[in-house]
Amino acid sequence: MSVFLLKRFATFVATLLVASALVFAVLDVLPGNVAQVILGDTATPESIAALEKKLGLDRPVLVRYTDWVGGLLSGKSAQSYSYDTPTATLIAERLQVTLPLALLAMVFTVLIGITLGIYAAARQNKAGDVGVMALSQLGIAVPSFWFAILLILLFAVKLQWVNAGGFPGWTDADGGGFWPGLLALLLPAVALAAVQAAVLARWTRSAVLETLREDYVRTARAKGLSRRAVLWKHVLRNAMIPVLTILGLQFAFLISGTVVVENVFVLPGIGRLVFQAIANRDLVVVRDVVLLLVAMVVVVNFVVDVLYAVVDPRLKPSDA
Amino acid sequence: MSAVLTAPATSGGFVTRALRHPSFAIGATLTLLLLAAAALSLVWSPYPPAEIDIPHKLQAASAAHWFGTDSLGRDIASQLLVGARASILVGVFAVLIGFSIGTALGLLASARGGWVEEAVMRLSDFTFAFPALLSAILLGAIYGPGLVTGIVAIGVFNIPVFARVTRGAANAIWAREYVLAARAAGKNRWHITWDHVVPNIASALIVQATNQFATAIIAEAALSYLGLGTQPPMPSWGRMLNEAQTQMFQAPMLAVYPGLAIVLAVLGLNLMGDGLRDLLDPKLARRR
Repeated sequence: MSVFLLKRFATFVATLLVASALVFAVLDVLPGNVAQVILGDTATPESIAALEKKLGLDRPVLVRYTDWVGGLLSGKSAQSYSYDTPTATLIAERLQVTLPLALLAMVFTVLIGITLGIYAAARQNKAGDVGVMALSQLGIAVPSFWFAILLILLFAVKLQWVNAGGFPGWTDADGGGFWPGLLALLLPAVALAAVQAAVLARWTRSAVLETLREDYVRTARAKGLSRRAVLWKHVLRNAMIPVLTILGLQFAFLISGTVVVENVFVLPGIGRLVFQAIANRDLVVVRDVVLLLVAMVVVVNFVVDVLYAVVDPRLKPSDA
Repeated sequence: MSAVLTAPATSGGFVTRALRHPSFAIGATLTLLLLAAAALSLVWSPYPPAEIDIPHKLQAASAAHWFGTDSLGRDIASQLLVGARASILVGVFAVLIGFSIGTALGLLASARGGWVEEAVMRLSDFTFAFPALLSAILLGAIYGPGLVTGIVAIGVFNIPVFARVTRGAANAIWAREYVLAARAAGKNRWHITWDHVVPNIASALIVQATNQFATAIIAEAALSYLGLGTQPPMPSWGRMLNEAQTQMFQAPMLAVYPGLAIVLAVLGLNLMGDGLRDLLDPKLARRR
């Protein structure tokens, strides 16, 4: 298993390095003149030259790239052009909203998706199965941001139970607190989770059904174990292997969804930050936020790979 | 000695089976409606979709305006009809980009194996870390938002999807006896790919293309909602939702119609894809 993990770790580091090079190339090299992009078409040559000097764009590409990556690794990020604040500070502030939102959505996705998937598989071709599958087919077709709008229409406009958007902050000093903060993230998390749970339910159902057809399941039943005991003791652990892979892939969609849903609910997270940065042509912020989001996807997939090795015993002897 | 495993026996038989397949029939009907709406909008719409008519703003549904009007008095039905065009345009081109490059890479990986296969798969893994939205943010920040930005961003994300599906399906074909026979007969790997692999994986690719088309419609709507996709004056369902959000207390239905249009279009394509999979691969259908 250690060889497997080492290989995966090497792939993880290489992916991050290539991703950083790509993001850097797209935002710092491809545009031609970054200072021109930031200042717009009406900028004078003098102001462009001044900004180039301020951003260090007059240095060679390789030096700029290594400075950027080295700075990120040592916790020293670039200065945002529009906020005049280190990007790390800006991102850390916004992550206080985005991370809890993504985690909450993931928890809802797993709880709803896996429960419904197991329920449907245990009642294959019965009314419960057909109902869950129809619901999940519909769920896959619903864009998360539209579902978010529908939730606002119902709970904020019609019932007036919650605000239509905004975030009160996590502390009393901000005018919010833990529970008001959590409440503000509840609807966005449900909107994000609904679509992902629909996908996960279908995958869980087919993984469980596939495992139920295995010989060892038949043997366990022949030994006299009840259907329920076989399902919980033998089937679920094995069925979770493909489900884990899907969960890793779903995280990428969840991150994208978070960016969109934050804009629907006007939450001051990473998604809002990156769109404000695009509007302000603050490419330094766009660069660091995009790399962070890519890194989050890569890290989660690495963790899934590690969990894979833990859940699937077949990986151990062959790779140890 | 080409062997197309999944081809239907006769086209007449296939059509009859397709029409009797509930999932395919409902999906195909919804998809045809989407295509018809886009085609109709090329020659006719109740009103010019961008025509501003402030005296008649925020009107409820009526005989004159089937789905009412928005905050600028524009006819919602006309915008929905013309908006179908943006969805189809982005869907077609994004799938074409992913299909052409991804399938070629998948076939190459499967035919060559070894380090080429490993490299293609690692490239696929890497591209998965860039969901369409992140690519659109990158491209939008530099080249500005627009239809092309959306198409490229979604298309690039489709490449690894097609590469993986193609490679997986093609590897299964390469293990068949008739491929071994073709190799023994002296055919090179590219002839085998063209004569045996491509025809046998075509059905899997068609199903995948249908599903990716649906995904592209949702992605286009999300990008347009955020202002990164289709730009005014061309109507798009995503941007209609964005504009409707500011009027939710006065005209909540404005936020419902474009979303329903997206759901029906995506549902239709997904159901059609599921149906096609059952019809083109009866073995899989029995297992499901």
